[in-house]
Amino acid sequence: MADTPQSPAAAGRRFDEATQTETVGHEWDGIEELNTPLPRWWLWTFYACIVFAIGYTIAYPAWPGIHSATKGVLGWNSREELKTETDVAAAARAKAVAGLADLPIEQLPQHPELMRAAVAGGAAAFKVNCVQCHGAGAAGSKGYPNLNDDDWLWGGDLKTIETTLIHGIRQPGDDETRQSMMPNFGTDGLLDAGQISDVASYVLSLSGKEKPSGATQRGAKVFAENCAVCHGPQAKGTREMGAPNLSDAIWLDGGTKADLVAQITHPHHGVMPAWGTRLDPVTIKMLAAYVHSLGGGEEFKAADAAPAPEAEASAASVE
Amino acid sequence: MTSMTERHKKLEKNITLLGVFAFLAVTVGGIVEIAPLFWIDNTIEKVEGMRPYTPLEQAGRDIYVREGCYVCHSQMIRPFRDEVERYGHYSLAAESMYDHPFQWGSERTGPDLARVGNRYSDSWHVQHLTDPQSVVPESVMPKFGFLAQNDLEVHDIAANLTALRHVGVPYTDKDIQMAAADLKAQADPDADAGDLLQRYPKAQIRDFDGNPKRLTEMDALVAYLQMLGTLVDVNGASAQEELASEHSR
Repeated sequence: MADTPQSPAAAGRRFDEATQTETVGHEWDGIEELNTPLPRWWLWTFYACIVFAIGYTIAYPAWPGIHSATKGVLGWNSREELKTETDVAAAARAKAVAGLADLPIEQLPQHPELMRAAVAGGAAAFKVNCVQCHGAGAAGSKGYPNLNDDDWLWGGDLKTIETTLIHGIRQPGDDETRQSMMPNFGTDGLLDAGQISDVASYVLSLSGKEKPSGATQRGAKVFAENCAVCHGPQAKGTREMGAPNLSDAIWLDGGTKADLVAQITHPHHGVMPAWGTRLDPVTIKMLAAYVHSLGGGEEFKAADAAPAPEAEASAASVE
Repeated sequence: MTSMTERHKKLEKNITLLGVFAFLAVTVGGIVEIAPLFWIDNTIEKVEGMRPYTPLEQAGRDIYVREGCYVCHSQMIRPFRDEVERYGHYSLAAESMYDHPFQWGSERTGPDLARVGNRYSDSWHVQHLTDPQSVVPESVMPKFGFLAQNDLEVHDIAANLTALRHVGVPYTDKDIQMAAADLKAQADPDADAGDLLQRYPKAQIRDFDGNPKRLTEMDALVAYLQMLGTLVDVNGASAQEELASEHSR
């Protein structure tokens, strides 16, 4: 390469008349090809790339040996770099994390600064782990509870939320998971279709969605005999059993007559994974604080924490 | 310079010579880049817990491949902070050592699935596969509800396992002999699973699709998804010790 036409007279070499560029020496039907040299900038860039590549394989892990590859003079490796990055991020959070790790969650409300950090950290962890079921705004959907309201199946104080997070709900393989099994009143033949329709009407009448009628009266009797044991005589629910309050306007699995009949016939049993095996205790505290902060968080019972203001305490007891 | 280019012209004009030299150049590349992977220690980390897939998981994996899940979902968490914080510990080579073919993927229209196992409930998976938008409104995932309608029909699961054994998956004779029974037993909590759990530690035995009466393609796919990333205890002490001793990657 790099030949420029110095001596057009040299034997065996042919030059194009118009450009004085050498031809490659072969021709087809009088058509010849010019042997135009590569531009210098291109050539030198090419050589520079080769030099860079050799330098790169010396600086970074590259050449294979018997047991492993060369480590590279810079000593870089992807996993070390990740560790450095996560360590820097962890150091930035260290103060809040250390504070949260030592603090029983019952005392969190007395440390407003830690509480703010926990809610912020919980919001981030929620986006990663929880939004798939509970939705980006924690509003839930049919079968997945809304976490913004103050209607709690298992309880809405910080400690109870933390326990739910750690052990999940109906999580297979977790001995302490929250368990509740509503019987298959329809498919197991405990009630006939008429009784199920009646009791659905009665339950709807509790929240004013259906007017009292003969059906609701018959349903009230069915309810007292079959449902009150878990949902309570007033259908206000029983948190120890995760039995929902049926007298309010909040429905986990839908609030139409058809939804209720379906649920009584063959109940849907939602499952929440046990996060205690996946997330560290501090992240779980943060999530509990975040969910608690969404609007429905309840105070601890008087024995657990600082006495709650009167108004909030009474609101909690109604729920 | 001149003589070098003149000699190179010989190579360019002689097709046989060009073929021989091109072969030599590619051979050197292969020896340097591919061959060492068969002997250097850190091709596959030594970690505990990895086992061949159960027949049901393997059947689910075949459905995963059949439906082209890999077109949108990767199974490879790279060692970057943003990925590790979202998906969990970065993937280890050992975790796909029994994958034929591997499902690392390079396209993430959907999220990475390398550690999706046990992250959601079975019923979430069934609902999400049936109607993805009902749980993730902004999702562009197609609906796969038909999987729950199709009975799981595997022509000859023992032959599948045998084929995998030929390419290096250590299924035992008993695994292959019991394959058809294992396939059914894993999705039926009432059946006697025999020594399924001894042969496949951490196998999850239950009805996956919410319909205990039938063994459907949904059962198999959910069983596969619920296993992903759960076999190796990557955060365990022994795994971390092994990873800390590794360099040059």
